[in-house]
Amino acid sequence: MTGSLISELKPKGKIITPFNVISGLFILVGIGFMIYRFIYGLPAVVNEAPGFPWGVWIGFNVMAGVAFAAGAYTLTFVVYILKNDLYHPIIRPTVLNGFLAYVFYAGAIVLDCGRWWHIYNPLIGNKFGVNAVLFLIAWHFFLYMLAELVEFSPAIAEWLGAKRLWKVLKGMTIGAVVFGITLSTLHQSALGALVLMAEPNIHPLWWSEWIPVLYFVSGIYGGISMVLVEGWISMKAFSDIIPEKFKKQYPNIAVGLAKFAAGVMFAYLFMKLLVLIHGRHWDLLLTPMGYIYIIEVIGLTFIPFLFFLFGAKNRSVGLIRWAAVLAMLGIILNRCSYVFIAYKWYVPLSERYIPAIPEVWIALTIVVAHMWAYRWVVRRMPVYTDPPEWAKEDH
Amino acid sequence: MDRRSFLKAIAAGTVSFSLTPSGVLAKMPDGSKEFVGVLVDTTRCIGCRRCELRCAQVNNLPLPDPDDKKVFEKERWVSAEHWTIVNRHKTSKGTFFIKRQCMHCCQPACAAACPVKAMEKKKDGPVVWNPNCIGCKTCAFSCPWGVPELEPKPFPKIGKCIFCWPRLQKGLLPACVDTCPMEALIFGTRRQLLDEARTRIYKNPDRYHRYIYGEREVGGTSWMYLTAAPPEEMGLKREVGKKPLPENTTGFLFAVPYVLVLWPAFLLGVHKATERRKEVASKENEEG
Repeated sequence: MTGSLISELKPKGKIITPFNVISGLFILVGIGFMIYRFIYGLPAVVNEAPGFPWGVWIGFNVMAGVAFAAGAYTLTFVVYILKNDLYHPIIRPTVLNGFLAYVFYAGAIVLDCGRWWHIYNPLIGNKFGVNAVLFLIAWHFFLYMLAELVEFSPAIAEWLGAKRLWKVLKGMTIGAVVFGITLSTLHQSALGALVLMAEPNIHPLWWSEWIPVLYFVSGIYGGISMVLVEGWISMKAFSDIIPEKFKKQYPNIAVGLAKFAAGVMFAYLFMKLLVLIHGRHWDLLLTPMGYIYIIEVIGLTFIPFLFFLFGAKNRSVGLIRWAAVLAMLGIILNRCSYVFIAYKWYVPLSERYIPAIPEVWIALTIVVAHMWAYRWVVRRMPVYTDPPEWAKEDH
Repeated sequence: MDRRSFLKAIAAGTVSFSLTPSGVLAKMPDGSKEFVGVLVDTTRCIGCRRCELRCAQVNNLPLPDPDDKKVFEKERWVSAEHWTIVNRHKTSKGTFFIKRQCMHCCQPACAAACPVKAMEKKKDGPVVWNPNCIGCKTCAFSCPWGVPELEPKPFPKIGKCIFCWPRLQKGLLPACVDTCPMEALIFGTRRQLLDEARTRIYKNPDRYHRYIYGEREVGGTSWMYLTAAPPEEMGLKREVGKKPLPENTTGFLFAVPYVLVLWPAFLLGVHKATERRKEVASKENEEG
């Protein structure tokens, strides 16, 4: 067992491939920048602009990354609570992706925290800031990672051949799912609540008391879009190990997800419209900030909504993929707007925060490292592949 | 000290009236505490920047050069290593100077946003910083004036005016108030200061614009301003609104326990319902 485990940990397949070389070098440089950040402090790698405390790590990695990880709780709801078996084949890849997203993007918070050596303070009670939204987020991230790990753990047990443990872990799944959905509902919206107090700092087209609900709803279609994009990449990257029956089933899954996304996006767009009408700031639509708002809401939300709709109607997986990519770009723009684009919009461009190259490099390093970790697991554990005979599920 | 002699004390330019045996901090007859504050009379400030120097000395910050008048050419803002600054503004009523620092809100967004209570509103009024801070910068993100800032260092602290909290506890005045040669800074309880501000406006309607900045901004602040011109001409933002910003998140936070209890109950209910449906379906299949 030990011998085979060590051989399992070694790289599988060809080591020297264009992807490995390029992404490997990219990660190495990124790690260099990270070490530099921890030795010389944030200003060494981050473009510091007075009055702009957060940048791409919070806007892109944490806020958008967590929205993209929402696929896990959304699909566990559909599969384990509503018992829709169509999506059962993608539940493991999605939960794995969600779990890794939290691990890596919570890591981005460590990078951004100026006093990172105290990061565990909200958890150990070196003062519980129970009235703070971020306190809730800290606990939820931590607990949700555990819930996702429990949801995914049967696959680890199958990999290790631990039959008795598998039974125990399998029995915990529904509890973890219910707990996970509840935590997700709260912290997806809490990320929105986090910016509520910055009302005077956020452009009126973006600020509304409904931000938590908007974050929650956009997280659902952001998560589904991520599942679609991830499926697209995986179908190519893991074509050799993905079973034929899954490949045949995939268009049905994609069309189903597209319908789901279109429905949620309709609800989101309707809410956006209500917020705009109640806010009565339409005069601001024809200002430079208004154009960014229009790009986000029309170009990167309404257009992908139509793509999802027609993609589902015509069963066009290609159009659905484009819809997913555009919708994700829309989420990134939306979250970054709250964090630094529509934030203090009145500050002239020359004094604004503009991400520095090392900062963006680190942000992307986290994404690439996430992909490496994902591949490492998929190549070893029954994620896309069938579980061993002894672990056949009966549900 | 009755009200009349109190006002006299201020008019005569002495602040010793508030240096009672119990110190400068205000205690009500019933033992409860009242927020202290500072009234900044910008019509009296001459831009000597001695407050800047004294602040840096007392708080071990890099020392500014008060004689350097070139700093007035551009509007400056406070930073982690420069807790108070004096700006010069050309207004419709002439050129005036204004000292800026943390406003010490009555209901501070920074303290409400802090996940570890490192940013803390003292019962006496000052908003202070504690070293259990994790450096997440949510305080900076939430502050309507953009005051708290992380020091540009490998192992930084959050730097901002702490209202000379250690000095107040010893019964001393804040360093800037203590050092101001023009009595442009008046220390007292918020209530006393509002009385004083209204009196000044009433008695000198030509000298002051009829507005006390900080009386109601974001629910009221401990530092308040009297200006000759409208406050926005002195760089005092009116857009911060009148609502205490922590109220923005109370609705969400109140909803959390409901979701935490009711959502699992609902989810488990649906789970049980679909489970039975599935059993029935599979039984029917067997029979059929």
